[in-house]
Amino acid sequence: MAVIIDRNTRVIVQGITGSQGQFHTGQMLAFGTNIVGGVNFRKAGQEVHGVPVFATVHEAVEKTGANASVMFVPAPGVKDAAFEAIHAGIKVLVLIPEHVPTQETMEIMAYAERHGVRVIGPNTFGIISPGEKVKMGIMPNHIYKPGPVGIVARSGTLSYEIAYNLSNSGLGQTTVIGMGGDRVIGTNFVDALELFNADPATEAIVMVGEIGGIQEELAAEYIKEHVRKPVVAYLAGKSAPPGKRMGHAGAIIEGNRGTYESKVEALTAAGVKVAALPWEIPDLVRDALK
Amino acid sequence: MKLYEYLAKQMFAEHGVPTGNGIVCTTPEEVEEAARKIGPCAVKAQVLVGGRGKAGGIKLADTPEEARARAEEILGMNLKGYIVDKVLVDPQIKIEKEYYVSITLDGMAKKPLIMASAYGGVEIESVPHDKIVFEHVDIATGLMPFQAREIARKIGLTGDLADQFTKILVGLYRAFRKYDAELVEINPLALTDNGTRLIAADGRFNVEDDALFRHPEFPRVEEGTELEKKVRAIGLAFVQLDGDIAVMANGAGMAMGTLDTLAYYGGRPANFLDAGGGSGVEPTAQAFDALLGTRPKAIFVNIFGGITRCDLVAEAIVQVKKAKGIDVPLVVRMVGTNDVRGREILAEAGIQAYTDMGEAAKAAVEAAYGKGA
Repeated sequence: MAVIIDRNTRVIVQGITGSQGQFHTGQMLAFGTNIVGGVNFRKAGQEVHGVPVFATVHEAVEKTGANASVMFVPAPGVKDAAFEAIHAGIKVLVLIPEHVPTQETMEIMAYAERHGVRVIGPNTFGIISPGEKVKMGIMPNHIYKPGPVGIVARSGTLSYEIAYNLSNSGLGQTTVIGMGGDRVIGTNFVDALELFNADPATEAIVMVGEIGGIQEELAAEYIKEHVRKPVVAYLAGKSAPPGKRMGHAGAIIEGNRGTYESKVEALTAAGVKVAALPWEIPDLVRDALK
Repeated sequence: MKLYEYLAKQMFAEHGVPTGNGIVCTTPEEVEEAARKIGPCAVKAQVLVGGRGKAGGIKLADTPEEARARAEEILGMNLKGYIVDKVLVDPQIKIEKEYYVSITLDGMAKKPLIMASAYGGVEIESVPHDKIVFEHVDIATGLMPFQAREIARKIGLTGDLADQFTKILVGLYRAFRKYDAELVEINPLALTDNGTRLIAADGRFNVEDDALFRHPEFPRVEEGTELEKKVRAIGLAFVQLDGDIAVMANGAGMAMGTLDTLAYYGGRPANFLDAGGGSGVEPTAQAFDALLGTRPKAIFVNIFGGITRCDLVAEAIVQVKKAKGIDVPLVVRMVGTNDVRGREILAEAGIQAYTDMGEAAKAAVEAAYGKGA
């Protein structure tokens, strides 16, 4: 079992012919993803790793029945490509690119909401369900194993570290969701918690958060009210100074908003075990599952 | 990117938001000329730092000669590290009351957010929540004039002043959208001319960095220290901190987690550096070289190879070592894609690499301050 994507998801790659698109199409195929097509208006008719390239998303959907898209187009083209995918009937949209202008992300989210489309990202490593052998994203294939833990993360590499530690401790994953590091994102902690809470295969949930914004605080409120499965968290940025943007557009303490302390306090009050160091997560999960 | 006050006001004026119609000048002669047209004026240094007034960057003048003398004092002065090369000559105005209005990006609501208050002239953070009107805008529809009228009513404006406010807010929203702003703020929105006219007496206009590619019209202003500018020019996210262990990690979250882990073991990180996902040898070597140049007590490299290949990071480090030598303690931790090869490359160059993040962080702290520190 998994959330959002599974072995039946029919995936297209927008921007399949670029260097990132080609490389990660190969990696996604190697993992087992059912990639049914790619899109590039000028390169229609070509193939990438044996995957047919279509001119438009509409054409790809007509000919393959695609229902999900993972995007590798450059940031200035993301809005148009996202609208195209939503217009063509795609229902799961994974936006990998960083540096999409925030106002355009807002326009994408408004359009997606009107059409009932789930958006993941932008500025995300994507989503992976190891037991279903499907991934839409750029995460390394070898660090995940099937198992009972759902992970939702704001950051890529840090979540790789944590997934790797969990897998090495015999704790595999149902689905790992990268929310993305931007200020405006599609699927957030609360959305992911809701999905994992309802997924029978997920027995424990790991949140990988960081300073900035109030996502973790809202997640804490949701956990208190609704989540009946154990939740473990690691939060990055404890030593970050206020007013400095730590790489991610969303990772900044503004005034007294978005501090490490406020997030730890809110999550702890909701019964979440917060790890002080990333490699403490497996032990906390194991204890919670006893 | 923040715009200078004069540019912010120019953007306001272009969208029907009245300002003092000040004149931007670069020499005392121009200032004297401007003051002759304007009358009693304020000479304001155009720098992007707060607290200009207290630091001597804003001075009043009643005559053109006085304005010239004040400009001679301000132009060329060092204001909190910035040399003043432009001043804005604004008319002195008599303010009856100060209002506040701004538009920002609300990440949680995924919508633009308007904030307005009848208690302007101070930082909005210091205004009580119940004295601020909050209104979201549906970005697909845009700001409707009725919303602006409703906000005007809630901050106590009536009649002609409410009409003026509505026009100002609609114009401000147009400018916000056109220039991909992340913040536009008029503070104070000043009631002048014996309570008959609203004007933008001061303002802020921040254009989002990710949208600058389509706004070549704005002069580029880079903020940050010399080192920050140098590393950012390579295309990497970098923040200078006040510690003494230089840090390189890949990914923003991992870089933050690395700083926290060092701090946990008593280390003082000198910087945040996200060496990126999938960067090549050359940018990585340049970034490493820049860290070396800061003369830290130790360097800690923490790589979890996903799209980043450990062997390429190792090659970058060895390249710098061969070219210049590394004369400070270096601790490398490497796991993930091509990690075995990466650690081999380092070992051949006499650099030992760790696989465990905690052990490596402890080693870096010991290398910097000595055992038992």
